[in-house]
Amino acid sequence: MTLRRALTFVLSCLTFFWLAPGNATAQSSTFNAHEYFLDNGLHLVVVENHRAPIVTHMVWYRVGSIDEYAGKSGLAHFLEHLMFKGTATMAAGEFSKTIARHGGQDNAFTSFDYTAYYQNVAADRLALVMEMEADRMTGLVIDENEVAAEREVVIEERRMRVESSPNAQFGEKLRALQYEAHPYQVPIIGWPEDLATLTREDALGFYDAFYGPNNAIVVVVGDVIPADVKALADKFYGPLPRRQIANRSHTPEPTHTKAQTLLLRDARVNQPSWSLSYMAPSYGVGDASYIYALQVLAEIIGGGNVSRLYEKLVVEDEVAVYIGASYSPLRLGPASFRISAAPHGEDIDPLAPAVAEVLAEVVKNGVRPGELSRAKRSLTAQVIYAQDSGHGLANVFGSTLVNGRTIAELEAWPANIEAVTNEDIMAAAKHIFVEAQSLTGILLPEADIPEPGPEPAPESGAEMLDSGAGE
Amino acid sequence: MKHICLVASIAFLCFLKPATAAEVQEVVSPGGVIAWLIEEHSIPLISVEYEFTGGSSSDPQGKEGLAYLASGLLNEGAGDLNARAFQKRLDELAIRMSFDADADQMSGSLQTLTDNAEDAFQLLGMALADPSFDQDAVDRVKQQVLAIQRRESQRPRSVAVKAWMASSFEDHPYGRRSKGDEASIIAITADDLHTFTQRHFALDNVIIGVVGDIDAQTLGEFLDLAFADLSEEADVDPIANVVPARDYDVDIIDQDVPQSTVIFGSNGLRRNDPDWYTAIVMNYVLGSGGFASRLTEEVRRKRGLAYGVSTQLVPRDHAGLFIGTVATQNARVGESVQVIRDEIQRMADFGISPQELVDAKTYLTGSYALRFGTSKSAAGQLVGIQRYGLGMNYIDRRNDYIEAVSIEQVNRVAKRLLQTDNLFWVIVGKPEGLPEDMSITPDASQPQSNGSGS
Repeated sequence: MTLRRALTFVLSCLTFFWLAPGNATAQSSTFNAHEYFLDNGLHLVVVENHRAPIVTHMVWYRVGSIDEYAGKSGLAHFLEHLMFKGTATMAAGEFSKTIARHGGQDNAFTSFDYTAYYQNVAADRLALVMEMEADRMTGLVIDENEVAAEREVVIEERRMRVESSPNAQFGEKLRALQYEAHPYQVPIIGWPEDLATLTREDALGFYDAFYGPNNAIVVVVGDVIPADVKALADKFYGPLPRRQIANRSHTPEPTHTKAQTLLLRDARVNQPSWSLSYMAPSYGVGDASYIYALQVLAEIIGGGNVSRLYEKLVVEDEVAVYIGASYSPLRLGPASFRISAAPHGEDIDPLAPAVAEVLAEVVKNGVRPGELSRAKRSLTAQVIYAQDSGHGLANVFGSTLVNGRTIAELEAWPANIEAVTNEDIMAAAKHIFVEAQSLTGILLPEADIPEPGPEPAPESGAEMLDSGAGE
Repeated sequence: MKHICLVASIAFLCFLKPATAAEVQEVVSPGGVIAWLIEEHSIPLISVEYEFTGGSSSDPQGKEGLAYLASGLLNEGAGDLNARAFQKRLDELAIRMSFDADADQMSGSLQTLTDNAEDAFQLLGMALADPSFDQDAVDRVKQQVLAIQRRESQRPRSVAVKAWMASSFEDHPYGRRSKGDEASIIAITADDLHTFTQRHFALDNVIIGVVGDIDAQTLGEFLDLAFADLSEEADVDPIANVVPARDYDVDIIDQDVPQSTVIFGSNGLRRNDPDWYTAIVMNYVLGSGGFASRLTEEVRRKRGLAYGVSTQLVPRDHAGLFIGTVATQNARVGESVQVIRDEIQRMADFGISPQELVDAKTYLTGSYALRFGTSKSAAGQLVGIQRYGLGMNYIDRRNDYIEAVSIEQVNRVAKRLLQTDNLFWVIVGKPEGLPEDMSITPDASQPQSNGSGS
């Protein structure tokens, strides 16, 4: 990991591409995506990318950890693991081995809002992986003997990702405070007490409630011809019957009326962390008209080493060694606008007032034209960089569509970013930087250990879990 | 075993090549800079990967972390641009420029949109030949390195890997902390940084791979912008070859966590070892093959002992390593250790089956194309092929080397490489039930160091 990445990776992941609804404008097509709907409700998207003779095949299901029920946290992710345990035609453990025999790589991941499975293979293996995914879309068979060991695997995964990391534990507690009622308060991987109770029947019940062609989006990106892919999808996915999909209904987050602070001390901490987050609109919740402006705002105040926050706190005041901002509106539930910092030395006290000064300045006087154009260029260049990776593009399309957005909105994203004005940014900043809706997080060593020094927020690993065997 | 029907045809599949050697061009610039190029014009994007031999192993005694610190400072000001001006320029042009240091190399990555390519190469030239190392930037990045050290000291895996290297390479640069410690980072001066880059960044010491929307002639001109100002000859201290050595089995680093993080390993192979491809096949079956590997089958699937278990071959320039990792709850980690030892011993004693050989080959040959999936990763492949002198037609021949591996060769190399008596272990946590024959370092339970950058 490069030095810069070592400091910033927490924030680097999800700024990407996220469009806002409503004001999509007509645009020439950047991606030339082909979209099909099968009679059984399956949504298929194909993007040609002939740079290498490979293809990424992904299936995205509209179900995630927020769809779990009380006492069974971690169930969506547990089911994701059990999806590799076989069907009527595929023995336990054979799924990934079969992909590997064909030179392919496969994995899956579970998020709050969705669950996805993918294979990267030579383009001429697409039929194989499609047949296999279609097979387990409605035909999962789980041997009781596999369940107990896999439950232990998931518990070890939690020990590795969460219990072994003070930063991940800090992140978990912060989320529980950030969301007082919405199920984002529950960790994707689940609470340990719940994990111990998960059964085969729980998993199959969840599977029956949410898996099926009418709740799936298949994304294929690579060295393929769209009509050929459609024919393969008709052959393998087409015969699957529609299934009755359970309602997705989630407790809304009440309006926050009091600023909160979490102070956590942990003897393992050598490098303190500080964060400040505000509730913010997402595509799913809140006033989406602010979304583009907030993306530009995050870039201007907290993107990279020339941002306002970095300039003030790291370069001028020397009160932080790192600071950045992140905002990911592409979710079904309420989003947050988050600022994370690693203090310089042991003193976190100067961080909050310095950050407040930067935010107040934007609310009051807005941003400079040069900052605005720089941020827009930086954001819109991502559209070109994204096309370098077929797998990355498949992620962009899948996460967009699974959140209820459209290809037209994705295509219109650069134009909508370009349209953001200084006034939009001022209005958006004023809208979200409300103290009563803020959460401050502080992670410190135990009080009797005299070495402080803060650092970024929770490890991003907890945001998305995969079932990979390796690292 | 039940498979779906398509599997039957597998033995006859002929995998596509990722690119062909014919597509790789050697470009020699007017100024004499050499790079390998694959032209790819479908997206207006260019990726450049390059490296200079000599990384943190070259750090002077007492100045450990020099190469790593330099990697963080090369885009913090160069030529007549101070840190802010340089960063703004990169940002305005959406140029992605990064540097990294490992034990053997200083490496860099440059990605640019085609329209901004000339500026991108020019800025890279400034960073390499004329870095500023202004005192304020040096001080700032030092603080960042110290923060990273402290952060890593909170991660059991980082702690375990560093302890493994330190105890296995006691008197060799590979045993030192590549990011230094607080004292060594503080001791580094701007002069040290200038000396390091001037000695290492030279035309006879650089390897370059380029993939993307640029033709050979234009690349030739741009290469001179980035590299022609470097000196002709590098002056890199020689590093001795070394074999990991230790006279006890296991280090236990006491941490109050519910899970023990384990690193184990032994001597491995360097990249130019004639047994390399054979060892890759063997290791795929043993521990690098994900769900297809024996370790994942035995440790994860059958027993639920860990989320991940794997082994890898790490070819350093001056040593070869065979390294593995697992993390298991404290109460059962002894069981994980025993299963891993048994599997390694079984591999050494009995080798692999004909079916395992076939499966390993179809994966290793079929997945080669995936390494060329992005222009950045493809450019990285071009650098790696040059680093080991594998030849311009390597992309065409690489899968032949895998196909040529026989079961007898695998079984011989398994015996050569895998000796459970020679495995060194480091365990971070509160492990229970370790095999009784394991000898533990005398000063076993050292408390977790605080901020030492372990």
